[in-house]
Amino acid sequence: MSRLRETWNTFTEGFIRQTPPLFTALGLCPALAITTSAANGLVMGLSTTAVLVGSAVMALAIRNVVPKQVRIPVYTVGIATMVTVVDFLLEGLLPEIHALLGLFIPLIIVNCIVLGRVEAAFTRMKPMPALGDAFGYGLGFTWALTLIGIIREVMAAGTIFGARVMPVGFTAWQIMRTPPGAFLTMAFLFALIQTVRMQSAKRRDRRAAEQTQAQAA
Amino acid sequence: MSNQTTLLLSPSPHMHSGKTTQLAMWGVCASLLPVLGTAVYLFGTYVLILTLVTCIGAVLAEAASLALRKRPWTGEVSSLVTGLILALTLPPHAPLWVGFVGGVIAIVLGKQVYGGTGANPFNPAAVGRVFLLVSFPAQLTMWTAPFDGVSTATPLGGAEASLWTLTVGTHGGSMGETSAIAILCGAVILFAMRLIDWQAPVGTVLGTALIALLVGEDPVYHVLTGGLLFGAVYMATDWVTSPVTKRGRFIFGLGIGVLTMVIRVWGSYPEGVSFAILLMNALTPLINRAELSLREKRRKAYVRATS
Repeated sequence: MSRLRETWNTFTEGFIRQTPPLFTALGLCPALAITTSAANGLVMGLSTTAVLVGSAVMALAIRNVVPKQVRIPVYTVGIATMVTVVDFLLEGLLPEIHALLGLFIPLIIVNCIVLGRVEAAFTRMKPMPALGDAFGYGLGFTWALTLIGIIREVMAAGTIFGARVMPVGFTAWQIMRTPPGAFLTMAFLFALIQTVRMQSAKRRDRRAAEQTQAQAA
Repeated sequence: MSNQTTLLLSPSPHMHSGKTTQLAMWGVCASLLPVLGTAVYLFGTYVLILTLVTCIGAVLAEAASLALRKRPWTGEVSSLVTGLILALTLPPHAPLWVGFVGGVIAIVLGKQVYGGTGANPFNPAAVGRVFLLVSFPAQLTMWTAPFDGVSTATPLGGAEASLWTLTVGTHGGSMGETSAIAILCGAVILFAMRLIDWQAPVGTVLGTALIALLVGEDPVYHVLTGGLLFGAVYMATDWVTSPVTKRGRFIFGLGIGVLTMVIRVWGSYPEGVSFAILLMNALTPLINRAELSLREKRRKAYVRATS
């Protein structure tokens, strides 16, 4: 039971509480470069999830035999293997999106989320929580990238996943297609999240203060 | 002790000249009137409507941002100035919504996100214009000829223009940038009210002319075309985003002129004044620091020499 709760905790940490790139500013390069459309964001997020889960399995299998001094090159080779598999899969199954994402799929190797999770979670946690962590961070990254992609696609093309949502007379905001547009989108999302967090923290403080008052009385 | 200069220091209380930020901003508005008037004369009354909509966008954005940030509304005139300056850098027949969006972006992304009036590192009007130019390139290059509204090219885009045409402004271009005479009238008003000093505008013009001479182009032509004079008089002289020392402002102006020419001659855009202003805005803190350490060095040398 406690194992299950632990797994759930590691999953939600990446999925909702520490989600990159919105809650922790990791994985910014793919978030800035390829979130020009919702589909790109979704595919990039899912590819990263696949790499994370594969790397988790790999790390869990070999972590007891890898010497501490050479662990980073060893795990990097493992991650690179997973990335290559994902790259080939995408090229075979979704050649159009693969052409669009191009170099950014191989670059998942240097995505700090992957190596970071290997170091912080996959080599330390028990197998089930480690897998929960991999899925949590991967799917969290996926929804965050898809959200950024949706916002940018609506403003830059008036569509979501290619389906038109804006009226015909809508003029595309070209800047949203460029990296500055991604910076602006993410800045506004950061600001929104920060506002919500600050307000909920304030509410929590107020409730705590009321409780101590009630106890004192 | 012979090189000691006389410094006039006085204890408080000091007298207030009565000049406030609000009054100064109304002064800038007044100095923009000749430019706006010329634009209306050249391009028709639509200019007035577009300017009004841009200003409404800017002022509404200011009010909304201040309300969101829970700051009091102080009757801020500077957002009106930003709206006016931004509007005058737009093409005369840009759609109204472009003006409105520009006004909102200039205030929100150019000023309020940094903490409001006086805290912005970049000139808000230039931010608005660059945002519009990158977002809506088609709408921002709808050049029309004066009086008849026929679409045309600007002198920087390859159209022929005589020196006289460039001086009075009867050629295609942004609403407020075509007429050198109108802009110089505005500059004289600003000088007379002592709202700007000569360093930044003259530096800009000199920088432009210098590079033009170096690459073998007509310096007078480059100074009079595009938004150079308008940018030099109204955007490079912004108190908030230009260096604090006179020499710093001169260097700042030179940089704007040089960068403008670099963009015009080697860049992919025909015009680069607003980009150059933003780039030099980014260097302003550096210029300030260099000036400060230079002064400190000179002060120490002076102390050493006199003690």
